[in-house]
Amino acid sequence: MAGTTEDRRDGERTAAGPGGGSGADDAAGEDGLAGLEAGLDALDTRTTTRQPLGRLLREKVLPPVLAVVLVLGLWQLAFELHLKPDYQLPSPKMVWDALAEEWYKGTILGVVWQSVSRGALGFLVALVVGTPLGLLVARVKPVRAAIGPILSGLQSLPSVAWVPAAIIWFGLTDATIYTVVLLGAVPSIANGLVAGVDRIDPLHLRAGKVIGATGLRGLWHVLLPAALPGYIAGLKQGWAFSWRSLMAAELIATSPELGSGLGQLLETGRSYQDMPLVLGAILLILMVGIAIELLIFAPVERRVLRQRGLLR
Amino acid sequence: MTTAALAEQHARQSHPAPSSLPEPGYAARLAHVSKSFGPQQILDDIGLDVAPGEFVTLLGASGCGKSTLLNLVAGLDRPSAGEIDVPGGRPALMFQEHALFPWLTAGRNIELALKLRGLPKSERREEAERLLGLVRLRGAHRKRVHELSGGMRQRVALARALAQDSRLLLMDEPFAALDAITRDVLHEELTRIWAETKVSVLFVTHNVREAVRLAQRVVLLSSRPGRIAREWEVGFPQPRRIEDTDVAGLSVEITEQLRGEIRRHGRHD
Repeated sequence: MAGTTEDRRDGERTAAGPGGGSGADDAAGEDGLAGLEAGLDALDTRTTTRQPLGRLLREKVLPPVLAVVLVLGLWQLAFELHLKPDYQLPSPKMVWDALAEEWYKGTILGVVWQSVSRGALGFLVALVVGTPLGLLVARVKPVRAAIGPILSGLQSLPSVAWVPAAIIWFGLTDATIYTVVLLGAVPSIANGLVAGVDRIDPLHLRAGKVIGATGLRGLWHVLLPAALPGYIAGLKQGWAFSWRSLMAAELIATSPELGSGLGQLLETGRSYQDMPLVLGAILLILMVGIAIELLIFAPVERRVLRQRGLLR
Repeated sequence: MTTAALAEQHARQSHPAPSSLPEPGYAARLAHVSKSFGPQQILDDIGLDVAPGEFVTLLGASGCGKSTLLNLVAGLDRPSAGEIDVPGGRPALMFQEHALFPWLTAGRNIELALKLRGLPKSERREEAERLLGLVRLRGAHRKRVHELSGGMRQRVALARALAQDSRLLLMDEPFAALDAITRDVLHEELTRIWAETKVSVLFVTHNVREAVRLAQRVVLLSSRPGRIAREWEVGFPQPRRIEDTDVAGLSVEITEQLRGEIRRHGRHD
């Protein structure tokens, strides 16, 4: 990192000062002050360094891999012991084969994409709706008093409860699915932003006012960036809620016009009593969730926290 | 400072106000200012002028309303009665905590203040570098706030305050949370920067020696409610040191008076 070398150079220069300089330190008060200051800066500066790759692999990658291997081992053991008949408890190999079969049929990517694209679109709409809603609740007292509690309450309402209502309203259409996804994700995103705004250091808001960040400029330059960590946590949860709501909706609202997503794949597996396919679909749903977390949210969150020195 | 430099300084200062209006003879004027929060009166009939280029410290024990007073002058709050006039526009304000934005680098914090002041984008980078140089942090532009020491953060905060190009700088115990050596160094820096920029400073502190070390005039506030108890002109030339005997001598006198003010409350209660 550039910062580290710079600090080191600063430090060396200060260390060399009193010995190398021929008493110039005392002569000019100005130079003495600058040198003293450079010394204080060098002594007090903290630098953040990234972990070496080897240690990162050992501490962050190895443990989850071991955990997965352990779970697979226990699963295989349970299968070998015939705790349940094969059609109820297939082996990991059988689930793998079921997925491989779907893969060779050439439909699996389409199925995953159907769900992921729906989830992503639903999430983006929820973002567009939830963000201004969250800002209003956070900053306008009457709005907060009126709908704040309802918004938190909605967060604990399982969005699958909306499926029957949505089907009555919209029939077996995409509108039904998106309605359920939005009702699941919007409260999370709005509440995340509210929590983020509530946790802003009031000093930052005052400092913003003092340097002239008022009104919309205050919103853009101070309020939103200050609320960002809470907002991102809300987005993460909003995505999780989108994804679950989507699976619930797809599982219940199945019709040929709705195409075939992961929820429908589950339902197909259930209707054929095909346990390997059901478990395979569950694994796919889980893996999509993990992939989105690892590829999108985790890097963004780490970046934001690292910038602010909130991450070691 | 050379005469040429002084003339240039003068030219730069009179530049933003080309109107033919006569310059008021003060950087801030407080007339009969009172402030109450509910039934409790915090400030009572404060009258205070800060001359252009003057360095004034406001000194008082806890509960004297020093910070409230600064908030009023900064326009963050309104007085319950009385008038406050700050002819130079919105004053700059430095807090006890650095109050830098952790989502921006040191340089970007300064550039944001420049942007909000209306400086065009092309000039911001260079001006931020100049201000960082002024607080002797050239090269720290890309540092994150959490990578800086307490003293460096306060210097960046000072640079950000100066970036507002206000003619009045308000300081609310800005060095109270620093260790003694760092505070000492920042006193020297502030004195130097004040002399270079000729900005007017209203500096709040509860540290008597700090007040005498820095100011041309020390104003002592009584507590509950805050009233102006007494003022001292500090005649010793800068640069001073906090351990100078004349600084110490005047500090003893002021401390006696301050203790008297505090004792008065013991008798009342």
